[in-house]
Amino acid sequence: MRLSPDEIIFWQYGFFKLNATIVLTWGLMFVLAVGSLLITRKLSTGLRRSRWQNFVEIIVTAIEKQIEEVGLRHPKKYLPFLGTLFLFVAAASLGTVIPGYEPPTGSLSTTTALALCVFVAVPLFGIEEQGVGGYLKSYAQPTAIMLPFNIISEMSRTLALAVRLFGNMMSGAMIIGILLTITPFIFPIAMTALGLLTGMVQAYIFSILAAVYIAAATRVRRPKPEPEAKH
Amino acid sequence: MLIDWFTVIAQALNFLILVWLMRRFLYKPILHAIDEREKRIVGELADAAAKQTEAQEERDEFQRKNKEFDRQLAALLSQATDEAKAERQRLLDEARQAADALSAKRQETLRNDAHHLNQAISRRTQQEVFAIARKALRDLATTSLEERIGEVFIRRLQGMDGEAKAGLAAALKTSSSPARVRSAFDLPAEERAAIQQALNETFSAEIAVRFETAPDLISGIEFTTNGHKVAWSIADYLLSLEKGVGELLTKKDTSQAKAEPQSEEPQPQTQSH
Repeated sequence: MRLSPDEIIFWQYGFFKLNATIVLTWGLMFVLAVGSLLITRKLSTGLRRSRWQNFVEIIVTAIEKQIEEVGLRHPKKYLPFLGTLFLFVAAASLGTVIPGYEPPTGSLSTTTALALCVFVAVPLFGIEEQGVGGYLKSYAQPTAIMLPFNIISEMSRTLALAVRLFGNMMSGAMIIGILLTITPFIFPIAMTALGLLTGMVQAYIFSILAAVYIAAATRVRRPKPEPEAKH
Repeated sequence: MLIDWFTVIAQALNFLILVWLMRRFLYKPILHAIDEREKRIVGELADAAAKQTEAQEERDEFQRKNKEFDRQLAALLSQATDEAKAERQRLLDEARQAADALSAKRQETLRNDAHHLNQAISRRTQQEVFAIARKALRDLATTSLEERIGEVFIRRLQGMDGEAKAGLAAALKTSSSPARVRSAFDLPAEERAAIQQALNETFSAEIAVRFETAPDLISGIEFTTNGHKVAWSIADYLLSLEKGVGELLTKKDTSQAKAEPQSEEPQPQTQSH
């Protein structure tokens, strides 16, 4: 049984390979980039604007607002990273309405890559905000005893990010695959709809958690709240 | 193995590229557009507020000017009304004065005319009356009347008081020329003789008498000598009558002159409207 689109390999040369995950990601990237380009090509700064511009403005401002609500003081600085996380995960799950499509986020390699990006980005943003010393000191908060636990927490939450998204997306695709073999009518559609919802929720959770981690890392001299989202 | 490390690296790169792409094509232009719009709206709002303030100021200014204009208009109007009233009053006064003067002049003229006419008429009447009377009496002065007149004259001569008689006698003595007896008509010889006789008897002397005819005596006889006179004539009556009528007319004239201004007084009032 195929668990991941990684297993569909189109081309391989030793370590290098071209599998379905990468190709689908490229496809998504193309759609997102070209779509954005088309919409933002003729932007209006006046009061009258096109529907598509209105649509992307709503998305962008909503993401910006969410980031701000999480507690980041300069949302525009984190918008490209966090917004792209959300848009990529959301677009990956939205694509499931197309027959024969498999979300690239259903591959543990992709989710691991995304989690690693967050794992790297959090200290980078933290150091940028507090400096190396200030950021490293935050691991020893509130006492030095907490240092190993903080480090373990850092690792585990990255793993949790990756596995949570992978599990949800994979299970969604898996359920639809299984259901298709048992009851080919109605139920797969219902489950696809449910999968879309799950995908949206996952995209939200993934990006919000990343925002919370960054906020925690960039917060100067404050006890770190550790929001634990279990999904 | 669920994790393919090449795919992980490739996906991480893909994601970073996507971040750059989205930043380049989505976030930057959209945020820029939003900022521009917000800036523009803020500008437009500020502009609108400025315009509103300006409009308010202009409205205030306009209202102020309007009030000022109204005030000036009212002042001018009242001034013009006052002036017109004064002018009207002046013109009316002038007209009234002119009318009064004219009326007075006219009244004066009328009064003068009336007076003159009255005088002329009365004079004429008087003259006519006396002319007629004279004429009538002349026509009536028949011989018998003249005889009677002669008798009356003789009686008067005889009835003179002592003083007059003495005066006359003295005058007769001193006179060089003969005494004259004038009459309006030719005295007949008997009358002349009777008068001569009466004179002679009265003064107890032969008196030289010259008889003359004077038509203006009007049925009268007059005896004159050296400034003294004895006479009888109806001309005396006529003269006294004439005098009486003249007095009457003069009285009437003055009473008319008094009554006239009263009757003509309302005229200027009617002219002023």
